[in-house]
Amino acid sequence: MSQSPPTTDSFFAADLARRAWNSDLSYSFRRSKVTVVAGIITLIYLLSALFAPWVAPHDPYDLVNVNILDSFLPPAWIEGGDSRFLLGTDNAGRDVLSTIIHGSRISLGVGFASVFLAASMGVTLGLISGFVGGRLDAVIMRIAEVQLSFPDILIALLIDGVIRSILGPGAHGNIAFVVVIAAISLAYWVQFARTVRATTMVEKSKDYVQAARVAGKGTAYIMFRHLLPNVMGPVLVIATISLALAIVTEATLSFLGVGVPPTQPSLGTLIRVGNDFLFSGEWWITLFPGVALAIMGLSVNLLGDWLRDALNPKLR
Amino acid sequence: MSKPPLLEIKNLRVEFPTRHGTLVAIDDLSLHIAPGEVLGVVGESGAGKSMTGAAIIGLLEPPGRIAGGEIIFDGQRIDNLPDEKIRQIRGRHIGAIFQDPLTSLNPLHTVGRQITDTIAAHLPLTARQARTRALDLLGEVGIPAASERIDHYPHQFSGGMRQRVVIALALCADPKLIIADEPTTALDVSIQAQIIVLLKRLCSQHGSAIMLITHDMGVIAETADRVAVMYAGRVGEVGPVSEIIHNARLPYTIGLMGSIPSIGEEVDRLVQIDGSMPRLNETPPGCRYHPRCPKVFDRCKTERPELIPAGPSRVACWLYEDPTEVPALDLVHSAAARKAGDSPHSRGGAPAATLIEAKGLKQYFDVSPPLLTRILERTGRRIVQAVDGLDISIKRGETFGLVGESGCGKSTVARTIVGLFNATAGTISYNGASLSTREERARNLSVQHKIQMIFQDPQASLNPRWRVFDIVAESIPKSRRSLAGGVKERVGELLRQVGMSPLDGDKFPHEFSGGQRQRISIARALGGEPEFLVCDEPTSALDVSVQAQILNLMVELQRTLGLTYLFISHDLAVVHHISTKVGVMYLGRIVEWSATQQLFTRPLHPYTRMLLDAVPDISKTGTMRSQVEGEVPSPIDPPAGCSFHPRCPFAQDRCRAEVPESIMAEGTAIACHAVQEGRLPAWRAP
Repeated sequence: MSQSPPTTDSFFAADLARRAWNSDLSYSFRRSKVTVVAGIITLIYLLSALFAPWVAPHDPYDLVNVNILDSFLPPAWIEGGDSRFLLGTDNAGRDVLSTIIHGSRISLGVGFASVFLAASMGVTLGLISGFVGGRLDAVIMRIAEVQLSFPDILIALLIDGVIRSILGPGAHGNIAFVVVIAAISLAYWVQFARTVRATTMVEKSKDYVQAARVAGKGTAYIMFRHLLPNVMGPVLVIATISLALAIVTEATLSFLGVGVPPTQPSLGTLIRVGNDFLFSGEWWITLFPGVALAIMGLSVNLLGDWLRDALNPKLR
Repeated sequence: MSKPPLLEIKNLRVEFPTRHGTLVAIDDLSLHIAPGEVLGVVGESGAGKSMTGAAIIGLLEPPGRIAGGEIIFDGQRIDNLPDEKIRQIRGRHIGAIFQDPLTSLNPLHTVGRQITDTIAAHLPLTARQARTRALDLLGEVGIPAASERIDHYPHQFSGGMRQRVVIALALCADPKLIIADEPTTALDVSIQAQIIVLLKRLCSQHGSAIMLITHDMGVIAETADRVAVMYAGRVGEVGPVSEIIHNARLPYTIGLMGSIPSIGEEVDRLVQIDGSMPRLNETPPGCRYHPRCPKVFDRCKTERPELIPAGPSRVACWLYEDPTEVPALDLVHSAAARKAGDSPHSRGGAPAATLIEAKGLKQYFDVSPPLLTRILERTGRRIVQAVDGLDISIKRGETFGLVGESGCGKSTVARTIVGLFNATAGTISYNGASLSTREERARNLSVQHKIQMIFQDPQASLNPRWRVFDIVAESIPKSRRSLAGGVKERVGELLRQVGMSPLDGDKFPHEFSGGQRQRISIARALGGEPEFLVCDEPTSALDVSVQAQILNLMVELQRTLGLTYLFISHDLAVVHHISTKVGVMYLGRIVEWSATQQLFTRPLHPYTRMLLDAVPDISKTGTMRSQVEGEVPSPIDPPAGCSFHPRCPFAQDRCRAEVPESIMAEGTAIACHAVQEGRLPAWRAP
């Protein structure tokens, strides 16, 4: 019996980490300062969103902690500010910083969920469209084209409106999240489908697909085992860029009052609420969520841009 | 040397700075070309031949840069000239011809405009004079009706014609030197022959020197005056063409020559140089060839040899260090391999049963534009008749070679036989079981598994995201999988069978060289435990030394596993080497098929004769051969009657009207009216 060295697993992990660090992708990441900054900011957002209850200085939605007497306090560094509330408080006396942290949690959550849904839908339809071709392809692509001729936000509004009217006015709470996520993902699947379809059509003519056919493999097997891994590169890029778009779309929907429920406000909801007080001088209530949203969108977008360039062999 | 050289390269060094360190692509390379001379530069891919050409005309792709040495052209140093200056030399004094005629012409301009623009850029001529000159040039390169064709766009020309235009473009300012980088590689054999003859004639007329970069020794043998053999960024041997071909001194050159199959000889195994060209980031110290060299000794591993005179040639090899002592280099491997005995042609023995048979096979593709477009533009359907009535029958244990030029339908035959396409008409039967339709194949799955395929491009035929283990395991049938420890053992066994290690299973395809990838591809095909392997140009994407390895492996596997091959290739020499029977395809039909020996010594069909005439052969140094005119017509609208009649010197009225039937005569099936009427002269070997 030969005994494997006890360090195999840790050695393997170290090897993997070293390979990842030396890969072209990580090299191009490290070389671009803007991308590194964007990456760090995105990471901060992700972590603070994930651990919001522990990171946020206050729990803005626990009525026990909220004191109406603290309402409309300006940011801490302005005269009249309170050091407990770094970015000031809103009309109900909630800490703006805490609402932003909790709000980005909602924003990111909705963003990720809708992108995941849009990607799964788009990738599947794109694969089928590109691989099967013919009538099915024509039908899927015509639907996609019709949808592309409308602005995304309009589609999302429309779908949102339709689902809400089906569910009736009583639908609140968690149903509202599902509605928003469905609306956004239905607005964004087209890009995934079109890109995946194009890549699939290139890949399916390659001989490894023919080889799989000769080996007697079926269509679904070839599509998901052979082609899927080979079309995922561009999907990753679109997913990142779509994430930024989805976050902004959710904010827009919430700003327009058809997004997530007001009991669990996202950044968009915060901006809308704060907007009412903009002209009475309490600018911080809307400005800081706005800035937070802009930075989040920008960072994710920059990451997406870098990923697109790094994965595009032509631009290397 | 009496005359000063036209071009002199001294100690050229080309580097690629990368983040993993500097890669040296060309290391201390010295060459010269005399005025009017044809210097052939040969070597396998990665040897740095094209890069040398690019360095001369200042077209190195960044980040590549010349890091040392000098390039002196016509008494002037040109490697350090500013862009502006080198541009005046490029095109005016040094012309260039590139490999792919499809991409070296701008598709948006007429060919006339491209030529006149170039002329105007270099010569003080008026527009009218430039056009006259362009017309002359087009006529000179053999473009019929030049005055009309001059206003056509590149896509209106065929591949061969386009390459003629590119040659006209290179010649338009009467340059003193032409750098031709694989000018014939993308072309069919018959066209290739035309272009070589043309290039050679024109250059001797214009007095231009040529640096002919190619991997094809046959082309070099017929065209070049002197040859430089490159290996891993260095010149290994340089000398007169006949010396290099018949009296090579460098072990690498000897191996390279031996690995080229030749129509003239019969061998069982080709000389095989193991391994492959080192990658740029892992060039060995000392002589770069030493890990593959059969004559290696200690000094080769540490000290780099420089070019030293050896007879009329110069060789970079420590074996020739002492000029008085000529080593007896009757290289061991060549002596052992070059014995004809058990060659495929004499093999066979007892007549075996027919394994696979196709009758009246037709494969049409509908490439019509959509219905609406057809109605609006009043055009009919467009049908590509890729395979049009093909009969083939292959006996167990045979290797059936199928040759033909591109577009003749060879690959379609392969794909139809393995069942990737559903045949439009005709029958396919395998060992008595009918496999004509998709339904029949589905019913006879166990029979279907006996047919496997090897693909041309080992890059595209392996899924880049899969590990080798999974790739090879894919074709293992379910019945085998259920056996205990089945798959793992089996994959290891398969990898060993193709000369690889079972440990390679953990790697991804991109970690292997082209030859190794083709081995993996073969292992995958063997996984299905096939009896019949369809090989679609399995070696045409490989270098000759690697091609020899793969061909040897295939012969070996055939012997040990009793395989039957359908071997498809455009390379007559390869087909001659490996096949027991050969079928010649032209526009979707087999025009002639017979035993290899017979086909190559007594070809009957005019097309077969033409092909044989066109093959560049290394034994035919400096010979001029008869040219074959014309190109393969489109399979969308094939000529009526015998499809070969527009190119056939023996065509008569009957050929233009009537499709010739395939008739058996003296063991040869032949579809030709002229042969059947007995009005074809006897064949004399070129």
